[in-house]
Amino acid sequence: MPTKGRTAAIAGVYNTKQGRRLEGKTTRRLIVEAIQGALGDAGFALEDVDGITSENTASLIYDLRLGPVWQGSTFGVGMVTEAVAAIEYGLANVVVLVAAQAEAYRDHAATAPWTRPENEFVAPWGMFTAAEFALIARRHMEVYGTTREQLSIVAATIRNNGSANPEAVYAGRGPFTPDDITASRLVADPFHLLDCATTSEGGCALVIANVDRLDPACRPVHVLGSGADFFGPSYQHPPAWDLVGRRGEHPNGLVGRHAADMAFAHAGINRDDVDVLELYDPFSFEIIRQLEAFRFCPDGEGGPFVEDGHIAITGSHPVTTDGGTMSFSHAGTNPQMMQRAIRGVQQLRGDAGPLQVPNARIALCSNGGAGAMFTTVLILGDEPR
Amino acid sequence: MTTELAAQRAAVPHAEPGPLTAPFWHGCAEGQLLFQRCGSCASANFPPAEQCRQCLSPALQWERSTGDGTVYSWTVVHRAATPMFETPYAPAMIDMAEGYQILTNVIDTDIAQLRVGLPVTVDFRAVGDDLWLPYFRPLP
Repeated sequence: MPTKGRTAAIAGVYNTKQGRRLEGKTTRRLIVEAIQGALGDAGFALEDVDGITSENTASLIYDLRLGPVWQGSTFGVGMVTEAVAAIEYGLANVVVLVAAQAEAYRDHAATAPWTRPENEFVAPWGMFTAAEFALIARRHMEVYGTTREQLSIVAATIRNNGSANPEAVYAGRGPFTPDDITASRLVADPFHLLDCATTSEGGCALVIANVDRLDPACRPVHVLGSGADFFGPSYQHPPAWDLVGRRGEHPNGLVGRHAADMAFAHAGINRDDVDVLELYDPFSFEIIRQLEAFRFCPDGEGGPFVEDGHIAITGSHPVTTDGGTMSFSHAGTNPQMMQRAIRGVQQLRGDAGPLQVPNARIALCSNGGAGAMFTTVLILGDEPR
Repeated sequence: MTTELAAQRAAVPHAEPGPLTAPFWHGCAEGQLLFQRCGSCASANFPPAEQCRQCLSPALQWERSTGDGTVYSWTVVHRAATPMFETPYAPAMIDMAEGYQILTNVIDTDIAQLRVGLPVTVDFRAVGDDLWLPYFRPLP
């Protein structure tokens, strides 16, 4: 039975240095640094922690002597939802969410290794992440007439955000024009190199706490709503846009719509109330797809929508304001997903530096994509719902 | 510029078939494209399942496909994730006549001919030493 009146908020966030390769760092060192950084930001000590979610959570609990402690089990922005639920249910008071990746890349030219499928019915035909997302993008291009130029506008917008972000792996590497994106070499048609996420190393953490325990100086950010849509294992089946479950609701091409509808219903707000969209950007097309799936624009109109400048940092729907996985960082399976929530917190606290969206009060953060057959959604606010 | 798409020649990564999937690969080696038909609700199932994905019946029977279908979506890979693959190659999802989808590569055509709705048929090719892979080529 949930304890009456308990509410949780995000009390602290931290990104370690991100880099193509972090010499001398190990995954564990980055994890410890991220935990200490986020706890410091929140005004807590390690002794206050009674909940944790990570990747090798059990060994972390043992090595940091955190037990007895609540242990979460999900990933990405869903970790925030799960921790808030645990705190509001009375299972914990101060939960650390942490992930990091170092030492993963000896071949920097390769696709992120965790997404290389060795699956029986996809691997022999040379499938990998870019090809999975390309099958989704191509379907949309042929059905709705989405253009190559529109994909380039998305990638240039996000890469220019990263270029202006001093913390990004590719800080100062822009500016990019749409033509620069299209001029980069083809990887998996329609995607060119600069349509794709980078590979990098780094860590991050968030602290979620019972609001009764908060240090008033910590500038808490509140979780207004969330949702999670899954269609099956990523990268084991070809991602059909039209794949439907037995309830027939929305196809995989619109994965995340059901989640977003739930998140907005929880939050009691409208699409127009969102000030900043920290959308997950594994490939340029995914932004166009999410804008449609989340109902920020009508189906099939995501291409023209991005063409009209809506998604620029100065536009009505600024997206992925740190440079995302294309330019800020794409470390491991988990840090790069959690970093959408961290950027949302930075925006609502006014900590986004040269990329601050003026008066940002509500942020929508997402993970996943139709090529991976899941999408999760988190809506954050500077005030409780 | 025209670029003709071809099947792979050298060995490609593939999993060891298990009891559930071995009949499919035996079929490929004999030039037959197999899928599972549900004995209860008649739904086509692919990749192989233990129970029908529609009605959950375990009464699935192997059936031979006509091998004909149309391209549902496609891409052309110019830079593979592993150097085991010769580029370019064209991963594609095919809507099969029997009502299921299969992932494959489209071969024996120019890249410029690829489009959603392109009619194709199965064409088995030996890849490496011991693997017969179902590729698809445009119907004349």
